[in-house]
Amino acid sequence: MPEIRVEDLSHTYSEGTPFEKTAIEHISVTVPHGQLVAVLGHTGSGKSTFIQHLNALLQPTGGKVYVDGKDINADKFSRRDVKSQVGLVFQYPEYQLFEETVYQDIAFGPKNQKLSEQEIDERVREAAAFVGVDEALFNESPLELSGGQKRRVAIAGVIAMRPGVLILDEPTAGLDPAGCRQILDNILNYREKTGSTVLLVSHSMDDAARLADRLLVFDKGTLAMDGTPEQVFSEPEKLIAIGLNVPQAAAIAMELRRRGLSLPGAIYTHEQLKAAILAERGRRTC
Amino acid sequence: MLKDITLGQYFPGDTVVHRLDPRTKLLLVIVYIVALFQAGGWVGYALVLAATVAAMALGRIRPKNIYNGLKPMLLIIALTAVLNIFYTNGTPVRPGWPITWEGIARAVQMVLRIVLLITGTFLLTYTTSPMALTDGLEKLLNPLKKLHVPVHEMTMMMSMALRFIPTLIEETDKIMSAQKARGADFETGNLVERAKALLPILVPLFVSAFRRADELAVAMESRCYHGGEGRTRMKQMSMERRDAVALTLGALLLIAVIALRHFGL
Ligand SMILES: Nc1ncnc2c1ncn2[C@@H]1O[C@H](COP(=O)(O)OP(=O)(O)OP(=O)(O)O)[C@@H](O)[C@H]1O
Ligand SMILES: [Mg+2]
Repeated sequence: MPEIRVEDLSHTYSEGTPFEKTAIEHISVTVPHGQLVAVLGHTGSGKSTFIQHLNALLQPTGGKVYVDGKDINADKFSRRDVKSQVGLVFQYPEYQLFEETVYQDIAFGPKNQKLSEQEIDERVREAAAFVGVDEALFNESPLELSGGQKRRVAIAGVIAMRPGVLILDEPTAGLDPAGCRQILDNILNYREKTGSTVLLVSHSMDDAARLADRLLVFDKGTLAMDGTPEQVFSEPEKLIAIGLNVPQAAAIAMELRRRGLSLPGAIYTHEQLKAAILAERGRRTC
Repeated sequence: MLKDITLGQYFPGDTVVHRLDPRTKLLLVIVYIVALFQAGGWVGYALVLAATVAAMALGRIRPKNIYNGLKPMLLIIALTAVLNIFYTNGTPVRPGWPITWEGIARAVQMVLRIVLLITGTFLLTYTTSPMALTDGLEKLLNPLKKLHVPVHEMTMMMSMALRFIPTLIEETDKIMSAQKARGADFETGNLVERAKALLPILVPLFVSAFRRADELAVAMESRCYHGGEGRTRMKQMSMERRDAVALTLGALLLIAVIALRHFGL
């Protein structure tokens, strides 16, 4: 089962031209198997660049990436093989659908893995079920689906490869709240059933607080914070200095504390906030 | 990466060459090409070469960038050299060898000619933004409007095409990445397999190109675009003293090369 180890990773786009741009610098991090990691950061902080290194889509200009202890950039075969271990769903994946039917599109990955017809069929149905794509849609053209449906088909296309690590770049961008919730539930469901590692790039602090075991916070190409939600959200000033928000619950707790309510330090989900306020009220009325 | 193709890409800068009026640069390139094809002997070539190097230095263009641009042409250049070496009549280098002194000389000149031709046009595109280039072209071709040649429409199409080349390259890159992430393999396998793997890229690329064209048309219409008639510009072009100097130098180069040719140099 895959463990991801990143050592001193740097990437400079268009090295050696006037357009040179260093996107990430000296990132070291180890993600053990099964963690759900949220990758946070301001726009342009290097999140997408970072995750594209984890399945060798981008090659580091400095440093190394190991999956299961193997250097994934050792040669072109290991670069190819890592792609079935580490599945990557891009930002706005729906623009990349291309096959004639939904079924064929989901089957593209497994086909490239050279599986048998029967196995491919199994994988397609399973992946579609995970993301809630109805089998009645299998013969439709993916280009004619709604935005949310397209997004799900695209995610199914990656899940169908059964990657041990699933990485999603802002899977909920541009969806309505109900659509967001569904996609996130689908991802959680996939993780629960398969025990995969999941990396989720997100702009929503609330989602990160609610779902993740661990947060990686990027700032201007460096890894500024790395820890559990509890650790990261206990330093709200640092997050705000980076230009990020704290989760709603943490913001409300901060304000209540300022107005004289004594609440415990680690509050970042609505449940925790509710419990803390009720406890405080209990204390006062007694 | 596809993006690293520098073919004709603009490198922003702030040198004399960058500041020259695009019309001047367009005219200079024409003069330069004529001079290059007029060069008959070594001295003539040396003069054109010197002019090229001087322009490169003034525009702060690194030889490496020129080399990157030449890379796709290397095969043609090599072929030209080989053909000229072997198929020119004259005195053999050694008795019985198929290589002649004349052949070697011609090969060098032909290679020089191709390299300088490409370098000269690259100097133009490296130092002139596509917008400035098409604006300059439109101004230069303005007299043709009297003959009902749709100059504005043509240059507008050209500037859009130039504008969208990088966008489409970026898009292709993205689509290829997404498909690579799903196990599409563009690197291993034989030529046929690799060519086949490229096919699925075309569908989303066309879809997005049409979407973009549609969006662009809507954006232009909603800003009341109605062709070139009565359209004014934010950036007015103006000929400065440096343009006069540059054009004079260009004319001198051409005259010198033609004169040298008369003396067989
Ligand atoms: N293909 C590229 N070529 C050159 N520069 C790039 C390229 N892709 C990204 N960059 C630059 O690298 C930096 C990091 O970009 P990246 O896409 O990784 O940010 P991000 O954190 O994913 O942002 P967002 O939240 O907006 O998606 C940015 O400054 C960007 O301009
Ligand atoms: Mg991004």
